[in-house]
Amino acid sequence: MTKETKHNPSILENNGLPEFERDYFCDARPEQSRPLAKYIEKFLNWARANSLWLLGFGTGCGAVELRPLMTARYDMYRYGIAPRPTPRQSSVFIIGGYASVKTTKRIIRSYEQMQQPKFVIALGSCPINGGMYWDSYNTINRIDHYIPVDVYIAGCMPRPESIIAGFDLLKKLIKEGQAEGANKYIENLDWYKANQKKIIKDWNMPDYNW
Amino acid sequence: MADILRTALYLFISVFVILNYGLLLNGLVRKIVARAHGRVGPPIWQPWLDILKTYAKRSAISHGVMFFLGPIFRLAGGLGTYLFIPAIYGSVMFANLSFSGDLLLVMYFIFFGQLGMALGAGEGGHPNSAIAVGRGLSQMTSFELPFALSVIALAIQYHSLSITEIVAAQQGGILNWTIFTNPLATFAGLFALLGMNMHSPFDIVLAPQEVPIGPPTEMQSSFLGILQTNRAIFLSAKLVLFMNLYLGGATNIFAMMLKTFMLYMLSVVVGVSFPRFRTEQSIRFFLGVPTLLGLAAVIIFML
Amino acid sequence: MKEIIQRLKQQFTISNVNQQRVDLTFLSVKKEQAVSLISYLRDFEKFSHLVFLTAVDRVEDIQFQLTYMLHNYNTHQDLGIRVLIDREKAEMASIHHLWKQAGTYQRELKEMFGIDFPGSPRVDESFILEGWDNIPPMRRDFDTKKYSEETYFPRPGRESHDPESYMKSKLYPEGDA
Repeated sequence: MTKETKHNPSILENNGLPEFERDYFCDARPEQSRPLAKYIEKFLNWARANSLWLLGFGTGCGAVELRPLMTARYDMYRYGIAPRPTPRQSSVFIIGGYASVKTTKRIIRSYEQMQQPKFVIALGSCPINGGMYWDSYNTINRIDHYIPVDVYIAGCMPRPESIIAGFDLLKKLIKEGQAEGANKYIENLDWYKANQKKIIKDWNMPDYNW
Repeated sequence: MADILRTALYLFISVFVILNYGLLLNGLVRKIVARAHGRVGPPIWQPWLDILKTYAKRSAISHGVMFFLGPIFRLAGGLGTYLFIPAIYGSVMFANLSFSGDLLLVMYFIFFGQLGMALGAGEGGHPNSAIAVGRGLSQMTSFELPFALSVIALAIQYHSLSITEIVAAQQGGILNWTIFTNPLATFAGLFALLGMNMHSPFDIVLAPQEVPIGPPTEMQSSFLGILQTNRAIFLSAKLVLFMNLYLGGATNIFAMMLKTFMLYMLSVVVGVSFPRFRTEQSIRFFLGVPTLLGLAAVIIFML
Repeated sequence: MKEIIQRLKQQFTISNVNQQRVDLTFLSVKKEQAVSLISYLRDFEKFSHLVFLTAVDRVEDIQFQLTYMLHNYNTHQDLGIRVLIDREKAEMASIHHLWKQAGTYQRELKEMFGIDFPGSPRVDESFILEGWDNIPPMRRDFDTKKYSEETYFPRPGRESHDPESYMKSKLYPEGDA
């Protein structure tokens, strides 16, 4: 690596990758996305709020609690919520319960692959303050130190009703234009990256997973 | 010049109507299936919201030139299929460009989009895309056989490949429809329609839980938006084509909507009733009864 | 079960035979004889299923206790074989040639306790803890609470109680019950 790029703030270093792999990955810094003119953005936010696509990535025991939402009893489809199997297309990431360090690495990868605007819901006590795994050697205590979170739903585990209430809150935030977690993430990228690299010791991926 | 402008305007209106009609069908069927499950189901306008949201994504990732072109080829395939079919017989506005192309061109366009999409999805590099593209192309080749035989039977029967003339020959009473004059070819064609609509048991391309959503795995933002747009247009285009070929076409928009809705419900009812085939089962199925029906239809009209 | 123990006693030095249930027996064996004993049980006594392989850290005795749990499908008997190994130089002969899946258990033990199994497949690759650089976390001299507080940004304001005394004070506020 030459000296110029080392101090160039607009380029990610991708230190974790071996030298020959760095060419394969993008090293540009992500950019913040600007909302459009006021009323257009309001209209689009309304559409976004009513078409929430979940990333089908169950990160912990909370993923089991999401299943009832799809069934006839709770039926999340009537709120415009649908599961989606790929991070590229989904807009809501639900951290379903405890996140071990190994899972956190995958959470970060998946979160960065989602397209803006993207929203995160932290489900259950564990991603909020550690929950029952607060003193575990391998489970993070606060997910909001690694990715920005829009809505917290407390409980161990929350009932489907409270998850629906959480979605209602998220919709309200989106409609008010306050759910700008993706921009917050990019603005404070260095802080988030420092926190992530503190716990993920074998950082063998690019600094930002496009 | 005024002619061209007027045609362009008519085409624009026609595509706009058929796009919204496709989305409406989509939303309606989601609601119906939800009710069959005992759920409330998403609102009927959910497809519009989804499509709007996908276009409103603020960032997009491309994997290369072919990745760009994939969805565009797909949309071109969908538009091409629709634009060379007369949607409503006798209407100037909805006649589209049916005088410039015949049935063979339409069949080509049905195939074209899928090939373009296969290339685009391939450049995305996701393994599920490649698997699903392989599945899709093999299944498409197999349902193309009964469809082609059915079309040949129709061509022999009506001595024409022009869709407008085929529709014209079916006017004047329900008993002139192909479904009554040539039931074998009709059933072969309808089996092919089941495969084309990719509802269960033939949903081996998108196959949830197997190769989750398949080819468009890497598609996002406006790439996916184009695909969603195309899905609506292509769906109604196929339905309109089959209505023209087998159900005597339509002379007004309400007849068109009624007939295409019935055709689509065929796919939906079969879809909610049967579990998914595996790839080789699906191919064997199309090469069995539907192909034999098509062959029989051709032979009967050759005699 | 008794006949099996008798037969084992003729060939191996086993001790601490303890029948906990009708279908569950434990016995201890020397480290050097463990693998041949397990091979014998698998091949001649039809204990064809390795239920689990786990370890206990006996930090006071400076020893690890390995437990191999075997199951006999014909008689539905469980047999646990306990082996004590040195804690300072934690090393044990691998049994992956008897059961392929034992390699996974041994990988986990290597990561969680630092017990080495020379020759076991992929035993040096990280299993769950990717890139762990501290002492193995299941060893009892590893302070997991301290590590968690130093590493994972504990949320200020969170209260934690000792479960025993807290439940006592909540359930029986008058006193001992």
